[in-house]
Amino acid sequence: MTSPLVEIRDLEKQFDLSGSLLEQITFKDGRFQRKQEAVHAINGVNLQVHKGEALCVVGESGCGKSTVARTVMGLLSPTAGEIHYDGKRIDNLKGRDALPYRRKMQMIFQNPYASLNPRMTIQQTLEEPVRFHQPDLSQSEVRAKVQEVMQSVGIDPDWGARFGHEFSGGQRQRIAIARALAVDPEFIVADEPISALDVSIQAQVLNLMMEAQETRNLTYLFITHDLAVVEHFGTRVAVMYLGRVCELADTKTLFANPRHPYTQALLSAIPKLEDERPNYIRLQGEVPTPVNLPSGCVFHGRCPHANERCRTEVPRLIATDANVQVACHAVEEGRL
Amino acid sequence: MTTATVSRWDRFRESFFWYSFKRDKVAIASFIVLLLMVLAAVFAPMLAPADPYDLAQIDIMNSELPPAGLDGADPAFPLGTDAQGRDLLSTILYGTRVSLMIGFGAVLLQSILGVLFGLLAGYLGGKVDAVLMRIADVQLSFSTLMVAIIVGAVFKASFGNLMFGEIAIYMLIFIIGVAEWPQIARTVRASVLAEKKKEYVDAAKVMGFGTPRIMFRHILPNTLSPIFVIGTVQIANAIISEAALSFLGLGMPETQPSLGSLIKSGFDYIQSGSWWITLIPGLVLVVLVLVINLLGDWLRDVMNPRLYKG
Repeated sequence: MTSPLVEIRDLEKQFDLSGSLLEQITFKDGRFQRKQEAVHAINGVNLQVHKGEALCVVGESGCGKSTVARTVMGLLSPTAGEIHYDGKRIDNLKGRDALPYRRKMQMIFQNPYASLNPRMTIQQTLEEPVRFHQPDLSQSEVRAKVQEVMQSVGIDPDWGARFGHEFSGGQRQRIAIARALAVDPEFIVADEPISALDVSIQAQVLNLMMEAQETRNLTYLFITHDLAVVEHFGTRVAVMYLGRVCELADTKTLFANPRHPYTQALLSAIPKLEDERPNYIRLQGEVPTPVNLPSGCVFHGRCPHANERCRTEVPRLIATDANVQVACHAVEEGRL
Repeated sequence: MTTATVSRWDRFRESFFWYSFKRDKVAIASFIVLLLMVLAAVFAPMLAPADPYDLAQIDIMNSELPPAGLDGADPAFPLGTDAQGRDLLSTILYGTRVSLMIGFGAVLLQSILGVLFGLLAGYLGGKVDAVLMRIADVQLSFSTLMVAIIVGAVFKASFGNLMFGEIAIYMLIFIIGVAEWPQIARTVRASVLAEKKKEYVDAAKVMGFGTPRIMFRHILPNTLSPIFVIGTVQIANAIISEAALSFLGLGMPETQPSLGSLIKSGFDYIQSGSWWITLIPGLVLVVLVLVINLLGDWLRDVMNPRLYKG
């Protein structure tokens, strides 16, 4: 296998809850104690994104999938772990050193109503990145570039003088995609790019992204909670739960034969037309708080197959088949 | 909108701003009055019948002449004369000019300081925010007038009356501008805190844009609406502060009077029947401040994000 384009190694991200030193000190049991709390958003994530693929990350709200996306893009700095791009470590780069990677890696955001600057026209929004990253281009070359990306996302270049709020949600998301494409990136992180859109528009934007992938040789890290989109769009799927990857497999295998108990429950929850009496797996309890993580496997409290080992030992991602990796003791031991 | 290219002027004419202005009679009237006063002040050297700064044109024999229509009025002085024999109309025109210059100048200085510190505090956060906002708190705990009186007295004592007269206008702009910047800084900081969480700022960061570019080109234009509203009201406040200082004798000298120092100079003669020296500049000051405040009120209603998003 060729070396991955993007590699995430043992990534951890914690958000501090306890505030300043003064706020951390509490008086309890007759003495002062210093109490520090943090949300453990990502707890040791390992992922590899290969050139040309679309790796989908799925999971329920709060499982850390958006945090992974933002950490990869450098919007958040990891608490521990490393991010490599094309074999080079990028999570510790600052300022000028990071610029070449800014051009190669771009991001599409969830909310097209907030991701365009309301005081800038579309032309300005699209020209600025091109000028910034290719300062030696002439005025007409910049315009030609902007025109090209606008046409490629299906936005009339004559609309450039308008502002973002004059467009519909789908059009704005196209413009946001055009902005990302304007700097000719290789790798695009899409953080739930279609979840804020009308259902009738979702397919259009998705097709646009697949078209762009083909014509521009893009690699995607696609964050979503829509399993239908994953089946349509993804090359491989990573399922996350409480900041850990519990299963990583190529899309067909995952949907045909989910191995991890959480994946099984997740996939059984997809509504199907032919089912009159859906036979989905009911999980007990709720997702534990990421402030106090459960010991061992984060899923053990809700897993019907959990035993003593699951309560104490953290399962590692282990390859079971050629294209499947599962983090589950029961699968590893053959109990499941 | 059907046409593809729309000019800025068309955009303005179709905007909510222009629409609400056209419908608000108070705003239109205030704007016309303010415009007339600003024009009269700007073109004072052409409009005024006499030059109150030119000592050669002043005749002490003309002092305390009443306005036209009263007994003993001289048709050469439509609004009468002051205690030194200066034509009151000309002096008011020049005085409005001084007052407006101080008002706009002080607000310009306030805005520069306030926007800069507010942006830095809001966007960088952390220690920068804590330090800048504590400075602002300390600054706000001194009353503007108190600071101005102390600084003014020190200036007057160290430069002497003659020199003080020349630098008085700059000193007033400086004092009022520096004393009031926290008002604008706090507003800007609050807007920046709201704006910097939006995804367009993340998009700019992902593009690799530097911090100054994100602050000034992406966030600042989105925080301008409240600055305009506060700035308008602050112009009126600055004019009042200047008038108060002048009235206390720490503002503009009598040789280049502002509206405030005119009121003060006439105040000594109000008992002897020369009421017009105080009353007419006082009316001008009240009207000036009133129309600016009315415009500010209207602007606040228009730019309220809950009423209008744009």
